[in-house]
Amino acid sequence: MFYREAGQFKTSYGADQAVFPIIQDRWFIALVLIVAFGVVPFVANEYWLQAVIIPFLIFSLAAIGLNLLTGYAGQLSLGTGAFMAVGAYATYKITTAFPEINLIVVFLMSGMVAAAVGVLFGLPSLRIKGFYLAVATLAAQFFILWLFNKVGWFYNDNPSGTITAPPRTLFGIMISGPRATAETRYFICLIFLTVLALAAKNIVRGRIGRSWMAIRDMDIAAEIIGIQPLKAKLLAFAISSFYCGVAGALFIFAWLGSAETEAFDIFVSFQVLFMIIIGGLGSIMGSILGAAFITLVPIFLTNAPAMFGIPMGTDLSKHIEEIIFGGLIVFILIVEPNGFARLWQIMKEKLRQWPFPY
Amino acid sequence: MELLNVLFVAPFLDMADSPVFFAEVVISGVLTGVMYSLVALGFVLIFKASGVFNFAQGAMVLFAALTLVGLMERGVPVFLALIVTAMVMVALAMLIERMMLRYLINQEGIILFMATIGLDFLLQGFGQIAWGSNVKVLDVGIPNQSFEVGGILLNQFDLFAAGTGAVLVTGLAVFFHKTTIGRALRAVADDHQAALSVGIPLKTIWIIVWSVAGIVALVAGIMWGAKSGVQFSLSLIALKALPVLILGGFTSVPGAIVGGLIIGVGEKIAEIYWGPAFGGAIEGWFAYMLALAFLMFRPQGLFGEKIIERV
Repeated sequence: MFYREAGQFKTSYGADQAVFPIIQDRWFIALVLIVAFGVVPFVANEYWLQAVIIPFLIFSLAAIGLNLLTGYAGQLSLGTGAFMAVGAYATYKITTAFPEINLIVVFLMSGMVAAAVGVLFGLPSLRIKGFYLAVATLAAQFFILWLFNKVGWFYNDNPSGTITAPPRTLFGIMISGPRATAETRYFICLIFLTVLALAAKNIVRGRIGRSWMAIRDMDIAAEIIGIQPLKAKLLAFAISSFYCGVAGALFIFAWLGSAETEAFDIFVSFQVLFMIIIGGLGSIMGSILGAAFITLVPIFLTNAPAMFGIPMGTDLSKHIEEIIFGGLIVFILIVEPNGFARLWQIMKEKLRQWPFPY
Repeated sequence: MELLNVLFVAPFLDMADSPVFFAEVVISGVLTGVMYSLVALGFVLIFKASGVFNFAQGAMVLFAALTLVGLMERGVPVFLALIVTAMVMVALAMLIERMMLRYLINQEGIILFMATIGLDFLLQGFGQIAWGSNVKVLDVGIPNQSFEVGGILLNQFDLFAAGTGAVLVTGLAVFFHKTTIGRALRAVADDHQAALSVGIPLKTIWIIVWSVAGIVALVAGIMWGAKSGVQFSLSLIALKALPVLILGGFTSVPGAIVGGLIIGVGEKIAEIYWGPAFGGAIEGWFAYMLALAFLMFRPQGLFGEKIIERV
């Protein structure tokens, strides 16, 4: 009843090619943005922002990055954690060396650094694919973290071996460091996510995205129609790593405040991979839904026993959490292997006919 | 100059200096390699027969070892405990087929891979709830004395592990090549549809493969558990098995063995002779880098099938 596109006529090519061609979709996105910018920061308290919403935003960004690579270009990667670490450490190095540069610019610069590293470790993709490539990217994961741990230059020879977000201001407002408020950090993450998600949406429907999808679906055919696998694949690695790098920078500077390389270990890579599989490969919306699911479920499971008043040891509840989490993943894959993005699509199609299907 | 010396001269001088020590390093590498091979073997078996990249192999190793230790702690004799654990692994294989694989036929490889990661979580959580999560000592009565042969220090336990590995591989090779079931397994590995059409029951085959992988996991669990205690970190050796797979090829049983040996020896030598030049602890990534360098020249692995997906 409410979700009908009947009567919406397009009178220009521009309107026909809009990101959200249906007016209800535009309203929905606008509503989400209004709530995100105008309501959430004033309603949510410090705990919710810090423990739930900020990590969700950051992981959404990382998931979009990985989805560009795995979902659109078809290159399986298990090195997400390492690329995030590159972003975080690059930000730390640049901002401690040149404190006068605007932190937002530093974030983008470290995204570039991550992109360069991503291209380097994307080189094997020119010869191999599938699980062989996944294991090859594991080399990046272990080598980069070892390097950051071993070479003191990366953490400024800090005796504790950690990197800490120094206090930085933007327009007189503290945006990182211990005195930055959760609301400010929330806004930083949200703005990055909104802008980069929109950019990703446009990348994937343009020439670059199409060349990625052609490579994913059949590389030989793609090569025959004139797509250069070398360029397309390395570009996929570069852009994906850029997103991951920015996410990693935010991970330290807008969320944790200080961390060691352990914050970016292999489990982060798996977590992000989970997000895009559960959310839906080849879907920006799916990445965000998947990130929401994977960050929220463990928090819910941790708090659930207390909510229902069941006393439980932390050890036991951790294992039960693992069981439920693993079971849920298997269950979702069985029920809907194409992820939440597909469910979202089905819902829209159903809604189009509701309540009069004929 | 200093760097070149440390990288290219000093290690070889060290090796030439004390050949006995070098031999010891190589042997300990070989024995670690056998352990890696045991884990990699489980991967290969399942990948060969169902095309599933079973990430839960590490968790299966942990689960088998935990079950065995748990039973023995409750006073079950070793022999009986081994049989019961093997039966548990077979039951687990049936359960996995019934609850998971059956519904995921015809899905893409990555979906199946994800499902096994989910399984990995499940098994880890379940195993630790059922048997407790503290570090346990596994003692199945394997002798553990050191002795000297020609000035080289050897350990009975390591030799026993190597022997077990050899027996296991021979057994599997015979099983694969000489029995009817083995032939059916190879048929399924070759082409699911063709195998189905000549009347090979796919589901039964999958149960068999997962059972065999489970039993291999049990053997690996006993070896690793007896060496370094049964604990959560046992499931992480799955990650170490991955470069072994790359080196040996995903579909080759001998490849898993040779790959394991190369990784084991390479890692030990690199750590001892080149480690100081890099500031130590290079064991963590050396295997992956070796595999990566290797991939550049031989993408299908040492013994992998020629027709692999390559670009």
